[in-house]
Amino acid sequence: MTENGAHAFELRGVNIYYGSKKAVEDVNLSIPRQKITAFIGPSGCGKSTVLRSLNRMNDLIPSARIEGGVFFGGQNLYADNVDPVEVRRRIGMVFQKPNPFPKSIYDNVAYGPRLLGVRGKAVLDEIVEHSLKGAFLWDEVRGDLKKSGLALSGGQQQRLCIARTIAVEPEVILMDEPASALDPIATQAIEELMKVLVQRFTIVIVTHNMQQAQRVSDYTAFYSIRKKEEQGGVENRWGVLAEYAPTDRLFSNPASEETERYIRGEFG
Amino acid sequence: MSAMTTPAPENKPYMPDEAAFRRGLAGRHRRGRVWKIFFILSIVMALLSLVALFLNVVNSAAGLIIVEYNVDPADVVPNGDIDAASPEQLAAAIVAYEPNRALVMIRDNLSSVASDQFSTATISQQLGSYTYPESAADKTPRDLTPEERSAILAQNISVDVMKQFIIDEIVGLNVLETYSLYESIFNRAAVEEHFAAEFDQETTRLEFRMWLRPSFLTSGQSSDPVLAGIRTALIGTLWIVAITVLVAFPIGVGAAIYLEEYASLFGNENTLSGKFMKWFNRFIETNVRNLAGVPSIIYGLLGLAIFVRAASDFTSGKFLGVTDSNGRTILSASLTMALLILPVIIINAQEAIRAIQSSIREASYGLGATKWQTIWNQVLPAAMPGILTGTILGMSRAIGETAPLVIVGASTAIFVDPSSPFSSFTALPIQIYQWTARPQAEFRAIAAAAIIVLLVLLLVLNASAIFLRQYFRRKLQA
Amino acid sequence: MSLPTEVGTINAPSAVFDMRAQRDARTTIFRRPRPAETLIQFFLFFCGVLSIFTTLGILYVLGSEALLFFQSGLVDLGEFLTAPVWQPQAEEFGIMSLVSATLMTTLFAMIVAIPLGLGAAIYLAEYAKDRTRAILKPILEILAGIPTVVYGYFALTFMTPLLRGIFGQDTVSIYNVASAGLVMGIMILPTITSMSEDALSAVPRNLREASYGLSATKLETILKVVLPAGLSGIIAAFIVGISRAVGETMIVALAAGAGPCKLYGDGANCFQPFDAAETMTGHIVRISGGDLSYNSIDYNSLFAIGLTLFLFTLVLNLISRSITNRFREVYQ
Repeated sequence: MTENGAHAFELRGVNIYYGSKKAVEDVNLSIPRQKITAFIGPSGCGKSTVLRSLNRMNDLIPSARIEGGVFFGGQNLYADNVDPVEVRRRIGMVFQKPNPFPKSIYDNVAYGPRLLGVRGKAVLDEIVEHSLKGAFLWDEVRGDLKKSGLALSGGQQQRLCIARTIAVEPEVILMDEPASALDPIATQAIEELMKVLVQRFTIVIVTHNMQQAQRVSDYTAFYSIRKKEEQGGVENRWGVLAEYAPTDRLFSNPASEETERYIRGEFG
Repeated sequence: MSAMTTPAPENKPYMPDEAAFRRGLAGRHRRGRVWKIFFILSIVMALLSLVALFLNVVNSAAGLIIVEYNVDPADVVPNGDIDAASPEQLAAAIVAYEPNRALVMIRDNLSSVASDQFSTATISQQLGSYTYPESAADKTPRDLTPEERSAILAQNISVDVMKQFIIDEIVGLNVLETYSLYESIFNRAAVEEHFAAEFDQETTRLEFRMWLRPSFLTSGQSSDPVLAGIRTALIGTLWIVAITVLVAFPIGVGAAIYLEEYASLFGNENTLSGKFMKWFNRFIETNVRNLAGVPSIIYGLLGLAIFVRAASDFTSGKFLGVTDSNGRTILSASLTMALLILPVIIINAQEAIRAIQSSIREASYGLGATKWQTIWNQVLPAAMPGILTGTILGMSRAIGETAPLVIVGASTAIFVDPSSPFSSFTALPIQIYQWTARPQAEFRAIAAAAIIVLLVLLLVLNASAIFLRQYFRRKLQA
Repeated sequence: MSLPTEVGTINAPSAVFDMRAQRDARTTIFRRPRPAETLIQFFLFFCGVLSIFTTLGILYVLGSEALLFFQSGLVDLGEFLTAPVWQPQAEEFGIMSLVSATLMTTLFAMIVAIPLGLGAAIYLAEYAKDRTRAILKPILEILAGIPTVVYGYFALTFMTPLLRGIFGQDTVSIYNVASAGLVMGIMILPTITSMSEDALSAVPRNLREASYGLSATKLETILKVVLPAGLSGIIAAFIVGISRAVGETMIVALAAGAGPCKLYGDGANCFQPFDAAETMTGHIVRISGGDLSYNSIDYNSLFAIGLTLFLFTLVLNLISRSITNRFREVYQ
């Protein structure tokens, strides 16, 4: 396992279930450090499910269950002695719909550091400024940090959520379709931000938008759906990792016909 | 997470170092556990209160009592159980111990002749409308055999009166001390010791008494806790609930239909009158919700001023020629209660009607039905489960509410069963209130017994609500 | 409507159908009086308006009788608001004496109901598994459905002896404010729990996820995100609880004592948790339960107390409604 230096995540034989229903089967994947890795695939292929397993967000769904190993820096995140709180400090997350807390901009960004025990107004002020700058939001909000985070536009809200995440200084940022609820200009801002952030963070992004994956990511994992007819006419569907390659190669020269058909837009 | 050994990315100037973070994390988890215990304790406290409430009631509803008597009840009636005795046994006991008082009872309760002719007139002359043995017909009261006397008593005098007489005048039964069920079971030896040491074994007796017993349901009010029962109160409660529902159900459902189906019908929204109606209907809606929050005692005052006092000619039945009552009647109580539960019925019925898909209505209109036909044939049947649930909720409230009844009813003692809406009344919760307010333990005991009856009544009602809801749902699906 | 011309154009598929359409048009398309439907509509309208009459009735009855009370010459508004005690025999009518007892019982009720109700709501909304919740919620509904007179019995026969056992027979009177208030808190608990739980459950899941994503623990997420977000709904629940405590009657009538306390002056004894004090509701029930003649000062005074009580609860209900409405807007 040479990945300890180069790879942030190592997924081995990961199966994820919701209740008795299988959502993802046998995912094996190495996610490189300080690169942007994109997860693409049709709806229901389990790409978000895999993403949420990377910082144990699936723990919040009582019926979710995982098999196999998700290794982060060589350590299985699902080992008994691992604390999900600690996991999420190191692996932050930005969600599909901007979800700022109904608090001021300042309190949104200071939320994480305060939890971690950072006290003192001067230090917090600096963290807030530093993080907002890091998310390209400082210039737009510096005048009224007391304003509610909900009063910002959608794109600003999403950048606030990113600022809030980097304030905790994680090592990885997971982004679950971070731009799907935004207009093209706001989307572009987020994409540019990602390219800067990747200098400091490992980024894993789920996206429904193949152009976006092509534009921003270094590696792309394509997930696909497998179906099986059960007795009684019920169709079971679950996701698998169909192809994983550097983004350039995956889009220019896909190894499987399924990938090719997907990126040509024949299904999705 | 000691095994996590990745080199931390550079540039973390503000964060606490790993050791400090780890110490902090332990504290954060500890706080989480402590608070979780508090949250669980909260719900446990709620559950414990419920258990304590029930146990406390059951604990008082049965237990040992020390009774004093002049004549051992066991000599008077079989087993000494006056409650369980038949009318014949009671009458025989009265004739055996107080033969002359038995005659007085006949004279006062049954005889139709003037009291100075009682001893000279024959039985057939003075007991015309009552039943009596043939052999007694031509005798004067003094010549009656004991068997004849007791037969006349048994056939004509109420069981309550005979029991009261036996306990007061023959046995002289008097409850001296009352023990809870807990003491009676787990501390029986001490109670027995206390009884043996402190009480005269000739004239007192230690016995186990179930305060909730069949005769408790069938006896009327009495100032004696041993004899007191809830028949009158139960009948009063049933009367009140029945009339309350009869009044509140159609009006409540009607108001809900108006608010949900017709409120938009009056006028065009762009005209002044249309705008007014829109505002007016919203006002009604807000008003209903506000009424739901008005304390029940205020409804009591409303009922007192309007139904009992201002409308006393109506609520006392005077307009129908009923003369023997004032406005403090079952009808007043029911109307008050109806106003009280109306908001409950309206709000629930509104929700039930709102939940009906508009496709059902459209299908009905499409077949040429009028608005009312659509409501009557399609909307109401589909909304019925929800409407009934709300109605039963309202009924539960009407059964348990006490304060408005006390204010409207106010009577301290009612010895006659209510027989019409114009009767004065007592009700189960009033009875519980009055008995609980008495300081003696034996009254607390019968209050507990009455509470059990009340809770069972509510349980049956709510169970039937669940059953009805299921029944209607199945019928709709079929 | 200019029907005759339209009918021809609407349907003319066949001669037979055309004839029927014309006949039907003449007989049925025009508005036709439907007396039954109109009658029903009037009845429904009456049902809807009845609630307004109820409110007007309450206002009229309370207002007019209270007016008679103040016109009796025995008491004026200033005296009503400032006299130290409510003692009709002595022609002293100080409402604040009754109000103080009401506030005391309400305070005790809230001391029990707010922390426990909120704690139970948090447990149900955030910690309990679906199965546990499915069992616990109906049990809480049982607690909510028990008639208040039964709680009164509970206060007098369980809570009072318990308090006297803990604090001593000499300290705690047989009738006391604390016992009534604590049991009232138990009575209100299910209301606060269920309303607060609704408010907590209405907080969107993505806020919780955001907090967890920032490495918050469950408790931190609850205290710092979920509770503040659901705060208005929770406060509305508290206010409804307070309103119910203020209007609650049978518990105080049975357990809090019969006899108003004295606010100030010699022998002032209000605000003593372990002493008896009569609340507004308790006094109304006690006086009206006995022989009460109309047109007496006693009778009129009941309505003056009733009016005070009504205003209290009305204000509380209006506040709670406006908070709930604002709360609804935030998440829509």
